[in-house]
Amino acid sequence: MCHGSEVLDVDGVTVSFPGHTVLRDVGFAVRAGQFCGLIGSNGSGKTTLLRTILGFQKPDAGRIRVDGASGAGAIGYVPQKLVLDPYLPLRSRDLVALGLDGRRPGLPFPSRRRRIAVDAMLSAVEAEPFADRRIGDLSGGQQQRVLIAHALIRKPRLLLLDEPLANLDVRSVAGIVALLHRLCTEQGIAVLLSAHDMNPLLPVMDRIVYLANGHAASGSTDEVVRGEVLGRLYGYHVDVVRVHGRVLVIAAGSPEESRAALSRDPVHVAQIP
Amino acid sequence: MFASFMINTWLVATVVAVVAGCVGFFVVARGASFAAHALPLGAFPGAAAASLFGVDPLLGLIVAACAGVVGIVWLGRRERHEVATALCLVMLLGVGALFLSMTSQYSQSVYALLFGEVLGVSDRDLVSISAVGGACVLLVVLLFRPLLLGSVSAELLGAQRLAGRHMELVFLAILALATAVSLPVVGALLVFSLMVGPACAARSLSSRPGCAVLLSVGFALVTVWAAIALSWESDWPVGFFVGALGVILYGLGRFGTRVRILSSLDDSTC
Amino acid sequence: MTIMRIRFASLIDPAFVASAPVHTAIVVGGGAALVSAVIGVFTVMRGQSFAGHALADVSSAGGAASLLLGISPLAGFLVMAALAGVGMELVQIRRARERDLVTGVVLGAGLSVAALFLYLDVTSHSTTGAAITVMFGSMFAIPASIVAPALAVGAGSLLLVALLYRPLLLSCVDPELAAVQGVGVRVAGLLHLMALALAVSLCAITVGAILSTALLIGPAAIALRVAKRPGSAILLAALIGVLVTWAGILLAWDSYDWTPGHGWPVSFFVVTLIFMLYVAAGWWPGNLSGARGTRIETDARRRSEG
Repeated sequence: MCHGSEVLDVDGVTVSFPGHTVLRDVGFAVRAGQFCGLIGSNGSGKTTLLRTILGFQKPDAGRIRVDGASGAGAIGYVPQKLVLDPYLPLRSRDLVALGLDGRRPGLPFPSRRRRIAVDAMLSAVEAEPFADRRIGDLSGGQQQRVLIAHALIRKPRLLLLDEPLANLDVRSVAGIVALLHRLCTEQGIAVLLSAHDMNPLLPVMDRIVYLANGHAASGSTDEVVRGEVLGRLYGYHVDVVRVHGRVLVIAAGSPEESRAALSRDPVHVAQIP
Repeated sequence: MFASFMINTWLVATVVAVVAGCVGFFVVARGASFAAHALPLGAFPGAAAASLFGVDPLLGLIVAACAGVVGIVWLGRRERHEVATALCLVMLLGVGALFLSMTSQYSQSVYALLFGEVLGVSDRDLVSISAVGGACVLLVVLLFRPLLLGSVSAELLGAQRLAGRHMELVFLAILALATAVSLPVVGALLVFSLMVGPACAARSLSSRPGCAVLLSVGFALVTVWAAIALSWESDWPVGFFVGALGVILYGLGRFGTRVRILSSLDDSTC
Repeated sequence: MTIMRIRFASLIDPAFVASAPVHTAIVVGGGAALVSAVIGVFTVMRGQSFAGHALADVSSAGGAASLLLGISPLAGFLVMAALAGVGMELVQIRRARERDLVTGVVLGAGLSVAALFLYLDVTSHSTTGAAITVMFGSMFAIPASIVAPALAVGAGSLLLVALLYRPLLLSCVDPELAAVQGVGVRVAGLLHLMALALAVSLCAITVGAILSTALLIGPAAIALRVAKRPGSAILLAALIGVLVTWAGILLAWDSYDWTPGHGWPVSFFVVTLIFMLYVAAGWWPGNLSGARGTRIETDARRRSEG
């Protein structure tokens, strides 16, 4: 697939908090129109990485360039686990409109241009049926669609989503993934989406960034999701099993088995402290 | 009750209601209940201190309220918000207790500051209250969208390059001004009810933020006017009626929410 | 330093030691501080500081009513606080923001009633100074007849806390963990509010309704900054509360000499000492890295922000 220019470039990023290092020398790039999955278990540093890209967190080392400039330009962001106030008098379309001009001073006077943009965005995420409902009344999948619309209305070139598929039912997951893929290919946006399970994303992922032990391996799914690569990341012997197009990453049964398996394996395994 | 010397009181009450309605909407949306209760209470000794130093009580109230805001934000950096608010509140009140013991304030004026009073208001007072109140409303209007977005989520604000912490500080400052303006009429202890009751009723009746704010102002006007009128007739304190009406409006809000939920059609598509 | 000399002089000043109001103040004030500090630790861990403050303010309506009806102020504060506590617990709401809203509305209702009662106090009994007494207390004017019932109330609430110690702790960490072990989480919460009502009414007669919050939250906040375990936090809070109150009483007694004619209020000294100790606790080693509080209260905070 023909992809556009580099939208996100992460180079040698290290982030640590008092007590432990979360990200070590993480580097990868995402191009326009690419769908990139950021995969890792809970606590692997996915949220930290996304927050660092957004500029909420300063890295100890390394550099992040978005859209050719350092320091974030317009990035669309869908945060993790947003708990929406059920009593807040705000409709879906109001929240999407705030994505357009949420930082502007003054009262929002009715504007045809804004209404057209909001309507277009709502229809792009298929949120028209619940456009006039309160955001607190929406189901999990509906909320995600509205938040995606909110993030995309300013036409950013990069869209970050932090665990958008957690707590969604299977049908909603498929719907969101399909929506994001469509937006990615039709509008040439670069999508970086974090998840702990890569399987729903396999059909649409162009690139994968796999996080484990603070280290990252990036590339295509075939390049990265292999026993040798993941074993190197984890410092532990893992087997990758493919069943009906789905992927299972299985660790060795015990440390002894891992050592035995690694001693048979000619590939050098990096020391993970 | 509509004698010429009462006209100013009605005008001040109107200003207070508009301010409380606007700011109260965001108090409810942002969940700042404790701060909205603590700031007026902490600020009231400021009026007592002002008379000690021979200064305009409004100024004393503003200074005390701002001191409260600074305290809450400063302590709130390393402590959870409500403990910071509680500590700040008692510190202000402790100092207030000291000032009260030093002034020759009679219990009656303490009572008036705590529970509100219907009094003749001078033209000068009307001007200064309108000015501060106007500034307050202007700030709310200017920051309407960031404040609204911040009540949904601080992270969404961050994505638009606005610091949630800064917005919190600005909001508290607006709350401090609103407090200073509303306190003399409804009393320190009932400012919260005037801000929260109308806003709760409003949010259940409208799903659009703009409409909800206007409704909130409307309910606040009704509350203040009714409280003054009833207080005038019965001689009972203004605060009593404000508190009672606040409870009624809150109940109205809960009822309205229930009705809305029952009557909404369920059409969940993903 | 002159102040030090004055303080020590007071300690051996026979007038201070022999004064009956001082005895009452030390006993009742110390008791109130002890009880509040202990319960306050749970209140802060459960994220219910606003509820604690609200109960105190609402109890003022009871204090005002007691003046009107001529009954014991302790009873008045207590009954009103208990009613408010029941009211708050009955309106069962999960979200922390909405709970705060209800707390505030109940508080407003209680205060409007207080407004009315105080007004009636003044007009019917011409009890001037009612507002100040009810709100700010009068440590040196506690009638000796209150000592016995006050100590009973204090002992009762401490007993309640001792009985509820482990269930309360567990439901702080996670209400579901507690429910699984058969702890009646709602009952525990209600009993905590009742213990709170007892503590608050004790404080109300000493430092006044408005400043009971200082004795409830202050020592607890200081102790939780420093101690790592709930048990040591409770002991430390109790120690701080009692010492600060006694120091406040002493300083207030002294202050009659500082500004001739009248003394400075006890509540002022209590609050200032608490504030100073709180700031000082920030420099306690282990706090410098910014680590916040004990493990239990961190989890409880996460709960209450849900």
